[in-house]
Amino acid sequence: MQDPILDVKNLCVRYPGAPADAVRGVSFQLGRERLGIVGESGSGKSTVGRALLRLLPGAVISADTLRFEETDLLALSERDMLKVRGRRMSMILQDPKFSLNPIQQVGHQVAETYLRHFRCTKAEARAKVLEMLAAVKIRDPERVHDLYPHEISGGMGQRVMIAMMLLADPDLVIADEPTSALDVTVRLQVLNILDGLVKDRGIGLIMISHDLNLVRNFCDRVLIMYAGRVVEVLKAGEFGQARHPYTQGLLAAQPRIGGNHAPLAVLDRKPEWKEEPLP
Amino acid sequence: MTASVAIRDLSISFGLAKVLPNVSFDVAPGECFGLVGESGSGKSTVLRCLSMLTDFWTGAITIDGRNLRDLPVKERCRMLQMVFQDPYGSLHPRQSVRTVLAEPLRIHGLDRREERMQQAMVDVGLPVDFLDRFPHQLSGGQRQRVAIARALILEPQLLLLDEPTSALDVSVQAEILNLLQRLRAERGFTYIMVTHDLAVVDHMCDRFAVMLHGEITEILPTSAIQGNGATHPYARELIGASLEYEGAGKASAA
Repeated sequence: MQDPILDVKNLCVRYPGAPADAVRGVSFQLGRERLGIVGESGSGKSTVGRALLRLLPGAVISADTLRFEETDLLALSERDMLKVRGRRMSMILQDPKFSLNPIQQVGHQVAETYLRHFRCTKAEARAKVLEMLAAVKIRDPERVHDLYPHEISGGMGQRVMIAMMLLADPDLVIADEPTSALDVTVRLQVLNILDGLVKDRGIGLIMISHDLNLVRNFCDRVLIMYAGRVVEVLKAGEFGQARHPYTQGLLAAQPRIGGNHAPLAVLDRKPEWKEEPLP
Repeated sequence: MTASVAIRDLSISFGLAKVLPNVSFDVAPGECFGLVGESGSGKSTVLRCLSMLTDFWTGAITIDGRNLRDLPVKERCRMLQMVFQDPYGSLHPRQSVRTVLAEPLRIHGLDRREERMQQAMVDVGLPVDFLDRFPHQLSGGQRQRVAIARALILEPQLLLLDEPTSALDVSVQAEILNLLQRLRAERGFTYIMVTHDLAVVDHMCDRFAVMLHGEITEILPTSAIQGNGATHPYARELIGASLEYEGAGKASAA
């Protein structure tokens, strides 16, 4: 891969007091592409995203390599990390209801990123925010700028969050279940907006999700995680040729429109999936 | 052991907000009927009215030809039971499975309690010794099985399912959907199922209603999903979005 933005080798994360690592030896590289990380609850997919931003207080993060562009993320002091977070690497969270500050107008929350990382006047920041709100297809940015989170819909809230995370023009965006709190009709709109912005700006995207349909439609490459390890890496178009029984099981367990109504295949979890080396 | 449901002009207001303006639909005995729509469209409210968890509605609901409001509470509970969305919130954290299952049996004065509890565990595919576990000792899927066992133990005819699998992983969802399908085939339950996932509707239901702002825009057979046979613009949009969402993936899997 030419010029990867992110190079992760043998990443391990252990939560304080936990008997075993939550993430065990995950390695991948990311270029200017959309990478999906998919797995079930407890597979460690969100932990990987948080470890990249070092958002896991108390947890022990170790890796042979954890390089983001020219920066060794593990060597950075917390102070230097602040200059990376939000500016060069940012994270879109799952539920706008819980992730936006309920007592602050949304425009001000979006501006905070910009004011923190760039020297500018409040008026300049406001202009930037309005421009960004328009870029996430909010129809009346002037009006929405002054609204509080409870006054906007879930889909709009998630677009506000995307605006917030893209405003500082980062090189890498990690989206952790960005649409699972949204209705299906709104979900596609939000995904298309995110997709368009990521493509136009050449941002690397990591999409963390439990939803196989989502990652295979919106990512170029997908890592499938099970019990803290990557068990398979697939190109989006190659899901039909998935080889690992876990991936095959996940695909078969999903009800499909136009399916034959027969009982769904149930995963028969094998203990060796936890340990066997990557195919 | 199955019941028909008829809902006529069901309406309810929370304060000034009219949540359900005027809902009417019928469910045949043994049918699985889906309610879909975006959040806030009132689909769960319909179930709460049916179960009398919310009882200040107007209109008429009849179950097996009997007026729901005329049914004594005990009889109503033996007629219909509800399974809630989130098995992490719907089980009492300090009650063992045995306590959870024994309570309805005690209230209704049923005999052979131990036997019934064991049977309910077997029915939902849990080991009998799980009776002495507490919710925190169970996984999400196992908890939802306990919630289903609790609904089954009074041998109801109508099950109200409020997003029974949306808090669960796909592989666990598959297990729960299979369980619900098997129980319906064995016992002929009538299901009314709220969900936001049209793939689940297509898999489970015979017909479904699309709700928007408390109103039923359209009632469709599930066969109408694939070719998007809806006529109402919102129903078309919803089905279109679901097909698109699933589309690319299905093409590559085929």
